[in-house]
This record gives sequence, C-alpha cells and structure tokens, in this order.
Amino acid sequence: MKQKFKLYLQLFLTFIKIGAVTFGGGYAMIPIIENEISVKKKWIGGDELLEVVAISETTPGPIAICAATFIGYRLGGIPGAFCATFGVVLPSFLIIYLISLFLRAFEQLEIIRYAFFGIRAGVLALLIKAVISMYQKCPKNLVAYLIMAASFAAVAFFSANVIIVILSAAVIGIAATLIAEKAGKKP
Amino acid sequence: MSALLLLFLEFLKMGALTFGGGYAMIPFIEETVLRHDWMTTTELVDFIAVSESTPGAFAVNISTYVGSEVEGLLGALLATVGLVLPPFLIIILIAKVYERIKSNTLVQGAMLGLKSTVVGLIAATVLSVGKTIFFSEGINAAVFQSAEFYVSLGIFAAALFLLLVKKLSPILIIAGSAVIGILFGYTGVIKV
Repeated sequence: MKQKFKLYLQLFLTFIKIGAVTFGGGYAMIPIIENEISVKKKWIGGDELLEVVAISETTPGPIAICAATFIGYRLGGIPGAFCATFGVVLPSFLIIYLISLFLRAFEQLEIIRYAFFGIRAGVLALLIKAVISMYQKCPKNLVAYLIMAASFAAVAFFSANVIIVILSAAVIGIAATLIAEKAGKKP
Repeated sequence: MSALLLLFLEFLKMGALTFGGGYAMIPFIEETVLRHDWMTTTELVDFIAVSESTPGAFAVNISTYVGSEVEGLLGALLATVGLVLPPFLIIILIAKVYERIKSNTLVQGAMLGLKSTVVGLIAATVLSVGKTIFFSEGINAAVFQSAEFYVSLGIFAAALFLLLVKKLSPILIIAGSAVIGILFGYTGVIKV
C-alpha cells in the first residue's frame, strides 16, 4: 500500500516537472519525457516510448495528455494514470489562469501592442510550418491528396462545419482502405 | 444551457475529435471560439504566441484561457477537464488492446482520412489568419500603400525563412518578431 502510494506520488511529481518545462507542447515534449521516464527513472524502455507516440497519434487529444495517461496507466493502473495526467496539466493550468487575469489589460500597453503586431506575422509562419510537418507525416497517395484539398476548400470557401469535415474524412479513409484491400493492393 | 455546461461540452468535443495534437487542433478551436464569440481570430493568434512562450500543450492552454475569460476559475477548470477527459478515457480503454487494433484495417483507414484532413484544415486556418493579419480592412489599394502591410510581410518572410531553413525555435521567432514590432512602433513607422 505504502509502496503504491509512493509510486503515485512519484508519477505526479515527475509529470509536474515534464508539464512545467516543455514549451510549445506536442513533439517538443517527447525528448523530455524520454529523459525523465526512460533514462532517469527507467520506468519504460525506449521502444515502448515509440509505442506511446504511435498511440498518441492514433487517438484524439494532445500528445502530452495521451503520453501521461498511457505511462501512468502502465505503471500504476487508473490511479497512476490520474496522477500522471493531473501532474502534466497542473503547471500550465496555473500559469495560463494567472495570465488570463491580466492579459487583456496588459495588451493595452503601447509596447505590448507593438510587440503583438510583430508577433502575429511571426505566428503565421509557425502555422505554415505546422502545415508542412503535418503533410510530411501524412500518407502520400491520391485519396490523401483529395481529402486534403476537399477539407481545405470546404472550410476555406464554404465555411463547412469542422466536425463534419473530420468525421467525413475518417469515413472516406476507411472506405478507400476497405476498397483497396478488396482489390488486393494498398490505396 | 448554462455557460459552464456549454464550455465543458465544447471542449469535450474538441478533446474527443482532434487527432495529431498541437496545431492540428487549431482549426477546430478557431471555429468553436468564433462561433461563440469567445475570441476573435486576432486574439487567437496572440494566444498562440502566449502559449508558445509558456509551458504545456497548446490545446490545454487555450481551454484554460477561454474557460477563464468566459466564466472565471470554474470555467477554466471545466473547460480543461472537458478537453482532457476524452483522451484520458480512450487511452485507458485501449492501452491493453493497442497491439491488436493498430494493424486493423478500419483504424488504418480512419488514420489515412484524419491525417489528410488535418493538412487541409490547418491550411484553411493559415488562409483565415493571413487574411486577418494582412487584409483586416479588406483587400484594396490603400492596404498596399500602408507601412503596416510591408512590415508584417517582412516579418512573416523572415520568420518563415528562419523557421524552415535555419530551424530556429518558435520561441525565438516570437521574441524576434516582438522586438521588430516594438522597433517599428517606437520609430513611428507603424501605427497600431
């Protein structure tokens, strides 16, 4: 019992640390998780960590949450999953809550207005980089290209509902894969 | 519906339906916050910068922020719990069976569709954010005579080059863009 409690506490504290030091989130946290969980604590192996990344990609939600839940669950069941996930969210929750209290007043300052004017153009570049890296992770075939183009057009020009676009894309992907499998080749 | 319940449900939907994490969630977030008048596109872009400069996943950060803006601390809690709940439950459910389902045709087909749609959706976000930054007053001749347009264009081009070619980190891009904005602001070149 005491040992279990110690594990939960360790999971909580380790993931607080991970949550507090990963700027930008997403894949940026994978090396940090690796260092804390595989190298320092030896809780899971490097190949298992790759599996965590693969699972995070196949399931909805931020990678940080998926990874914390998965590793916590592997080590300490549902309470372990809870402690790890709570830990990874806590630092950013507190920081962002504090920021939300004064951001609007802060944005009225002249220097901050100028800063954000510059920043907005920089963020547009970050978004373009996101499109490129998502494209690189995507399968390259006719069905994929058609879904990309149709999703873009539906939202950019016809203001389509994003949920409907996402669900339709999943259905079309499944249908294309099933048809290709029947025809005996990869789509 | 009470505002708290609405926040919880909207972020629950986001947590359940966005794959890929990080910026893959932005199109969905943009649509949701605009529909409820929780944020404007400009505020969303500003918050992307805030989120890049603070720890934590973008989706979690924005759920906390929007929740707090709309309904204070309780709103922040409910929105964040809503976002985290679906991935938390789904991971617990599939952690044991993942090996068996990962090569399943249905899962692979769904992933083909989801990975592809995310590319198109983020590209659509780029277009709407780009329009907000460069053509907030509409596309007309006056825009092309304004210093603001060319300063933004210059920062954008430099940022893109430094990100893609020089592989600079996002936080440096944000800091650099901020400094350039401040310089042009105090020298009176731009008026914002």
